[in-house]
Amino acid sequence: MTWLLEPLSHAFMVKALLVSALVGGVCGLLSCYMTLKGWALMGDAVSHAVMPGVVVAYALGLPFSLGAFVFGVGSVAAIGFVKQKSRIKEDTVIGLVFTGFFALGLVLVSKVRSNIDLTHILFGNVLGISSSDIQQTLLISALVVALLLVFRRDLLLFCFDPTHARSIGINTGLLHYMLLSVLSLTAVAGLQTVGVILVVAMLVTPGATAYLLTDRFDRMTLLAIASSVLSSLIGVYVSYWSDSSTAGCIVLVQTGLFLLAFLLAPRYGILSSQRSQAP
Amino acid sequence: MSGRLIPPAGPRIEVEQLCVDYNGTVALYDADLSLPPGCICGLVGMNGAGKTTLFKALTGFVRPSHGRIRINGQTVLAAQRDQAVAYVPQSEGIDCNFPISVWDVVMMGRYGSMSVLRWPRQSDRVAVRDALERVDLLPLAQRPIGALSGGQRKRAFLARAIAQRASVLLLDEPFNGVDVRTEQLMAKLFLQFCQEGRTILISTHDLGHIREFCDLVVLINRTVLAYGETSAVFTPENLARTFGGMVPKP
Repeated sequence: MTWLLEPLSHAFMVKALLVSALVGGVCGLLSCYMTLKGWALMGDAVSHAVMPGVVVAYALGLPFSLGAFVFGVGSVAAIGFVKQKSRIKEDTVIGLVFTGFFALGLVLVSKVRSNIDLTHILFGNVLGISSSDIQQTLLISALVVALLLVFRRDLLLFCFDPTHARSIGINTGLLHYMLLSVLSLTAVAGLQTVGVILVVAMLVTPGATAYLLTDRFDRMTLLAIASSVLSSLIGVYVSYWSDSSTAGCIVLVQTGLFLLAFLLAPRYGILSSQRSQAP
Repeated sequence: MSGRLIPPAGPRIEVEQLCVDYNGTVALYDADLSLPPGCICGLVGMNGAGKTTLFKALTGFVRPSHGRIRINGQTVLAAQRDQAVAYVPQSEGIDCNFPISVWDVVMMGRYGSMSVLRWPRQSDRVAVRDALERVDLLPLAQRPIGALSGGQRKRAFLARAIAQRASVLLLDEPFNGVDVRTEQLMAKLFLQFCQEGRTILISTHDLGHIREFCDLVVLINRTVLAYGETSAVFTPENLARTFGGMVPKP
């Protein structure tokens, strides 16, 4: 039992476990909508695009989540604008815009005088998370979970059949931008734990894993949250005992769970005996 | 559920001088159309003739650049709030691997009349049950939508429109990939809808089905070329104009 209890004697480990579990849960919930809507690339884009916002916010002494949110939403608006006003395909526009934002972030980090550590933004720093960062994460998580729970049916319909949603008078434009804002906010929260580069894994993998295990959306959300929280906890422990990158460990565990589902899922796993009966 | 709808004072659907363009490309111009309550109307035209655009205008997806649309005498937005318009998609346009049951799909027809949280009440469950019964899918209610055949899936979306209690049904290529049983059931349902006072607009390029099912027909090629009783409108000249001189075999 020492392997389980010893890390808990350090305050930083307790904080790290709680924060990563919380962020994991929130990302897991959102990842269901990301995978069903096909927004994995959008998640990647937003998580990278928030970087200059973090730097600017630090330089101005504002909460970093505010700057990140503004740039996250800004990148989405930029993607929408370029796509609408040019003949370039969406995936190209996404690739183009987020790398531009990310590059701006890199240049800002190296030029703006601040105590920001680039590696903390890129790869997360959950073991050294400050109390004010925890407060921001809590606030963001509460807001995101509340929005996703209140609008879960509408969002599900929006992912499944936006035309029907529109034709019964649901404001799909509003849902679209709400989901994108939630994505920006969650990317900011995830940035704390696993950093800009690996946030997209948190936003995609749990949903994908759960998707292989069930044909019910409610069960899918629960499974995604469970696998994500579990990955975060195991990942932090593994990182403690192996003295390796926390972000890397969390995402590796997530990938491991996905591979398990991919191989062994009752109906959709590649080794499943029922596979031939699947539609 | 199967009760008649109260007919509007005027036509069910009224389209006047409708123009729609996408960034300067004209998709539809000067389209006029008036459909009474309780009719089955075929919407015939080539691909790109504006069928989808007309549907999008009727569901509020595109804003007309000119002209006006009235559904039950109301604007599209007001009609949507009244749950008056149901769009039945081509099954091909739907993600069949979506983790959702047939029951939940049909329940989506009720969302517009629920509170913000979309918690189903007893009346919603009754409406869904009745709708599934009418399309003969009640035994499959708990199946995932992806486990259904093409025809069954089509019926599930029809059930959603029934559960919604819409007075206007827009059907996009309803006969594509449909088995004989579904086709017969659809024919029966369309007649019932018609008697209940619903107006059904069917977009298709299959002229055989139009002759069989529709009492009215609209020929469309960037504008409404002809419109009226099927037997009167289906002349060789009209069809030639609709299909640019290439009349498909009936």
